[in-house]
Amino acid sequence: MGGLKLPNEHFVVPPHWEWYILGYFFFAGISGGSYVLGSMLRLWGDARDAAASRIAFLISFPTLLICPILLTLDLGQPLRFWHFLINDSSGGLAFKPWSPMSLGAWALLLFGIFSFVMFLSALSEGGIVHRRALATAASFVAGVVGGIFMVIGALFGLFIAAYTGVLLAVSNQPVWSDTWALGGLFLASALSGSAACVLLATRTRRDAIATDRKLIEADRYFILLELALIVLFLATLGGVLSKVLTGGWIILWVIVLAGTLIPLALHWRATRMRATVTAVGTAAADISLLAPVLVLLGVLALRAVVIFSAQA
Amino acid sequence: MAQTVGFFTDTTLCIGCKACEVACKEWNQLPNNPLEFRDSYDNTGQLDHANWRHVRFVESAATNPDKPIAWSMMSDVCKHCANASCLEVCPTDAIIRTEFDTVYIQQDVCNGCRDCISACPYGVIGFNSTSGTAQKCTFCYDRLQNNLKPACATACPTQSIKFGPLDELRQTAATRLATLQAQGVSQARIYGDKEYGGLHAFFLITEKPEAYALPSTQSAVLPSRNNLPGYVTATITAVLAGLAGLIAFRRRGESSSPSPAAGTGGSSPSPLVGEGRGGGS
Repeated sequence: MGGLKLPNEHFVVPPHWEWYILGYFFFAGISGGSYVLGSMLRLWGDARDAAASRIAFLISFPTLLICPILLTLDLGQPLRFWHFLINDSSGGLAFKPWSPMSLGAWALLLFGIFSFVMFLSALSEGGIVHRRALATAASFVAGVVGGIFMVIGALFGLFIAAYTGVLLAVSNQPVWSDTWALGGLFLASALSGSAACVLLATRTRRDAIATDRKLIEADRYFILLELALIVLFLATLGGVLSKVLTGGWIILWVIVLAGTLIPLALHWRATRMRATVTAVGTAAADISLLAPVLVLLGVLALRAVVIFSAQA
Repeated sequence: MAQTVGFFTDTTLCIGCKACEVACKEWNQLPNNPLEFRDSYDNTGQLDHANWRHVRFVESAATNPDKPIAWSMMSDVCKHCANASCLEVCPTDAIIRTEFDTVYIQQDVCNGCRDCISACPYGVIGFNSTSGTAQKCTFCYDRLQNNLKPACATACPTQSIKFGPLDELRQTAATRLATLQAQGVSQARIYGDKEYGGLHAFFLITEKPEAYALPSTQSAVLPSRNNLPGYVTATITAVLAGLAGLIAFRRRGESSSPSPAAGTGGSSPSPLVGEGRGGGS
């Protein structure tokens, strides 16, 4: 039983990872998650999902661009950000697979390539910008090799969305290191947040609302997964559970619950209403703005409570 | 490779004079601590970027009614673990093992990510906001390179801090432990012969390790222990999320070919992948 587990007693001082890191974890999750959603829509969706898939890729790259900026600003020596990649002593690569921060730096760089190509392709396919380079990217992505390229990118996207949780766990900080659920939890929450982002974006696009029903269904599953992982996270904390469930952190947990349970209920309601409507496009138009906004607030609050409570 | 060196700190000999702290600060040119009144003779507080030695005053209730408080003093320092948590997680390879088998943070490589701070189970490493880097005891690396003893061990007036080849120090510690136990100090024990593969700065203590802010032997675990379970949980979540996506996004028997009327209630259909609308053609 997780509740009976005695936590390791460490005397760690907090690393003071605060607002920049919160922002990084949030945007990394949205970027990785959006790419994964875009890929899944292309792989398993039908022709009407193409617009939503494009929107997902259009979200992924700009949100990814924010990540290195936040990471760099958080460093004590921002101009040495490249030390994550190059060993300044030997001149070789700084790559330590057992250090999630090292893996994450490399994954961020490589994921950037995939995200950028899919972004260019989405720009071209959407007719947003007309350039030969974009058309080349679009035709590359449309082929078999492009499909494989996209799937490999999705694996990186999953990693980007999840590794931040593993990074926290691979420490000796109370709370973070007392659980193994954070990687999965951050991934589920990132996918839910990404579905919310795409849902928000498709509200303004008539050609993408056909996918809303599917996105709502997917988000329901992601939220259920997230709720299960929240339970696992709390259950594995054992003796340090009180650290995350006291004082002001309760307010953040209320936001987390509001960002999961209310959207879940709204999604269910929307699905039931939609079942009586045959024209998907018409039905999708009544999707509440509330659910995706609450989901995004919940995604942010979840990361905030995990990051800050352990360091308090 | 030079000889493996170590510190053996015998807390039964420490008188709390803090000469080690002063010598360390002086040699390493560490800044003064801000004036602060604490409810203790311990006015250093903790190890951090500016305090690489810290004399702990461990207070406990004594059996003598005339002296209700018993003190155990310990000069704390970076343990220079054989399996160091900080070195394990450092993403930039700024933390290295020197030719003396000590753990050293290269100040010109560290980029101030602070991953090492969250990893060190002894709370040794501090972040210097002036230099923007993580800092801790260097084992007086510059002195070692010049065949000098570290400043703290040189200054210690009671030889509570002993410096020398690690193997010799372990023998010295074993002899001292046997002597104390023969004198009836049954609670005396060595801390640091098993923890983290053996600490290069180890201690003879007379209280539980936790009283000195030292994790128990069972708690002395490396951050990497959470790599596998963390990634496995994330992978299982990814597989479940993939299944969720497959169920939610699957083609429900609808034609995947573009159809102007497909589900949009007469609105314009989306431009499709590879369809070419606005595709630069």
